[in-house]
Amino acid sequence: MPEHTVRSYEEDLRRLRDMIVRMGGLAERQVAEANESLIERDSDLATEVVQRDAAIDALEREIESFVIRLLALRQPVGADLRLIVAALKISHDLERIGDYARNAAKRAIVLAQQPVLGSMNGFTRMAALVQANLKGAIDALVHEDAEKADEIWASDEPIDEIYNGIFREMLTFMMEDPRNITAATHLLFIAKNLERIGDHATNIAETVHFAVRGDTLDEERPKSDSSAFAVVRPPSA
Amino acid sequence: MSATTIAPGPVKDAAVALALGRRRRRTDRMVRALCLGATLLGLAFLASILLTLTWRGFEAMSLRVFTMVTAPPGSEGGLLNAIVGSLIQALMGTAIGTPIGMLVGTYLAEYARGSKLGNAVRFVSDILLSAPSILIGLFVYQLMVLPFGGFSGWAGVAALAIIVIPIVVRTTEDMLQLIPNTLREAVIGLGAPKWRMIVLVCWRAAMSGIITGVLLAVARVAGETAPLLFTSLGNNAWSTDLSKPMSSLPVTIYSFAGSPFEDWIALAWAGALLITLGVLGLNILARSLLRSRI
Amino acid sequence: MSQTSEVTKPAGTTGFGGLQARSGAALNTVVRVAIRNLDFFYGDNRALKAINLDLPDRQVTGMIGPSGCGKSTLLRVLNRMYSLYPGQRAEGEVMMDGRNVIAPDMDLNELRAKVGMVFQKPTPFPMTIRENIAFGVRLHERLPKNRMDERIEWALTRAAIWGEVKDRLDTSAMGLSGGQQQRLCIARTIAVRPEVILFDEPTSALDPISTLKIEELIDELKRDFTIAIVTHNMQQAARCADQVAFFYLGELVEVAPAAQLFTAPREKRTQEYITGRFG
Repeated sequence: MPEHTVRSYEEDLRRLRDMIVRMGGLAERQVAEANESLIERDSDLATEVVQRDAAIDALEREIESFVIRLLALRQPVGADLRLIVAALKISHDLERIGDYARNAAKRAIVLAQQPVLGSMNGFTRMAALVQANLKGAIDALVHEDAEKADEIWASDEPIDEIYNGIFREMLTFMMEDPRNITAATHLLFIAKNLERIGDHATNIAETVHFAVRGDTLDEERPKSDSSAFAVVRPPSA
Repeated sequence: MSATTIAPGPVKDAAVALALGRRRRRTDRMVRALCLGATLLGLAFLASILLTLTWRGFEAMSLRVFTMVTAPPGSEGGLLNAIVGSLIQALMGTAIGTPIGMLVGTYLAEYARGSKLGNAVRFVSDILLSAPSILIGLFVYQLMVLPFGGFSGWAGVAALAIIVIPIVVRTTEDMLQLIPNTLREAVIGLGAPKWRMIVLVCWRAAMSGIITGVLLAVARVAGETAPLLFTSLGNNAWSTDLSKPMSSLPVTIYSFAGSPFEDWIALAWAGALLITLGVLGLNILARSLLRSRI
Repeated sequence: MSQTSEVTKPAGTTGFGGLQARSGAALNTVVRVAIRNLDFFYGDNRALKAINLDLPDRQVTGMIGPSGCGKSTLLRVLNRMYSLYPGQRAEGEVMMDGRNVIAPDMDLNELRAKVGMVFQKPTPFPMTIRENIAFGVRLHERLPKNRMDERIEWALTRAAIWGEVKDRLDTSAMGLSGGQQQRLCIARTIAVRPEVILFDEPTSALDPISTLKIEELIDELKRDFTIAIVTHNMQQAARCADQVAFFYLGELVEVAPAAQLFTAPREKRTQEYITGRFG
């Protein structure tokens, strides 16, 4: 699209995009380091993640007030309006993602004191997928790439499937030995957090699609989180 | 050191700047002196004319100027017949010339914008406006005096009407053209036919301007001498009969002022003062009307 | 007013998740004026190119676009104002009440009684407030005095100016403020009881509060009249119009419900114009 006649408006929109990119990058890092602190049993790193969440919250407030200012002063329409509203929505999603990462990091601190429970491969894979989606969604916004956003929007299934696997695995651990319950429950919540982060990433992709195209994706998003119906029988029964 | 700094101006050579400035000031003084001198010279002539006129006019002014008709030199006489004759001819001329002029001006402004006929009519009217009035007198002389066998008030009225027409044409057209086109479109937009737009809205909006033009036309014809010399000629006796020669102030001034008789010359001064005051009054009225319009 | 049953269809839905665009904005499908394949010429200059546009009954159609795009020209076709000027002509169809408005045999005075117009600058006539309103009515109807007084009160009330002028009906209309003059002009237009009212940038000479009063009035008037408004102020089109048409270089680029045109226009040129990225 050609540049705005009013250059300061163009400048404002660029600044808004930069803020979202910065916040997205920060959220990605939080997710990655929360997972790393879990795998490496590194409470120091986990503490850092917990503390860094305040920065994400601050960025959200900054974006929010900037958006309100733009709405009041520029009366945006068309693609500009969609970008500005999208920025507001995406900043909320990113803030939630930050909260989930902080929660996972807190649990990682507890887990560092607990016995090791099974393989952590599922978590690593899940975190990698979630991070990729998150990065992809933000990139799609920056490059105004609706196809990429659609791709991400439709690619939440593998994350759900890993989550289902972890869910079953943890239930099994708990049934095998009640002493596993503390660790397994925390791990279960961490897995749930990662799964929610994935959902927020698809939300962002959906918002990006609207910002770029101006229409909504109204079909149902493919999902395969079946843990709501899962029943695991104890091995003795 | 002071807290504020002054932005540096373009660098100049101080000496050159000083010399330039001195020369400019000298030229300025010279031009101003020339303008002032010319103005004073003009004003001096004008003041001298007005002062002499007022002085001599008031000296000759008396009640009999307004109550007695012109009389042979040496006997008591006034200007009554000339005043009445002037009034009759100027007013009749205006009364005949104004409607014709208004209709022509309306045609030019409302119907003939940019048309060939309209441009031709405007051109002719403008020429008429600046034509020497003696030509108009001669024209009416050929048209009305010779065929009907004598000078008459009617011929004078006709000559003055011909002078009035182009003045009214011009003011009517100008005033109508000042009306914004959107006002016309607003009337048309309500479903009004064009003639109703002109009569009910345009003329009303332009009325004070047109009246001003008419007043100026009256002032102009009240002082005309040349066209009347060939048409109504002048009449030393009391007469309001338009089919006979008729007296008028300018013609009376013309013949009295050139005479060797002291009392006639005095009456001519009185008549001149009367015309000047009349024209001045009409001009003031016209200006105040025009101002109230804005 | 309308002879056909009124069917409404939902406006083009455009949404934004939780911030779903306003619902209930439905365009009336009864068409009051149907413009088909309209071309317009100023001499040899083709100022409108194959315009197709419907004015839905009792809805506001906003027309936007840069200067010289043809939006005002289109307005002046609808009441044949262009017929005042030689060298201007229209080709195509503008159907209203089963007749082609631009046909040569159209009775222009009758047409203009049905299609009223309000101009950019207020154009009060140099007469009293009462005469300003009565002027238009008298062109088309013979009313006894009491009926005329009723009509004047009705028109001034509908134009939201009755309270301000009812004690000075016989004073000159030129003494009113700009905003009041414009509302007087609206009253004068509706006093003739037209079907369609054309607004040609009606607020560009007014202060913001007077502007809002006129906008509120337009919203009120669309209960009874079909309205077309040309405006340079896009926010105004967004606030007033049910559907918005974007013109560029004599072409109708896009027409859509206002909410859609200002959030998600389909055409690239519309997008660039409304966001201020033109040229």
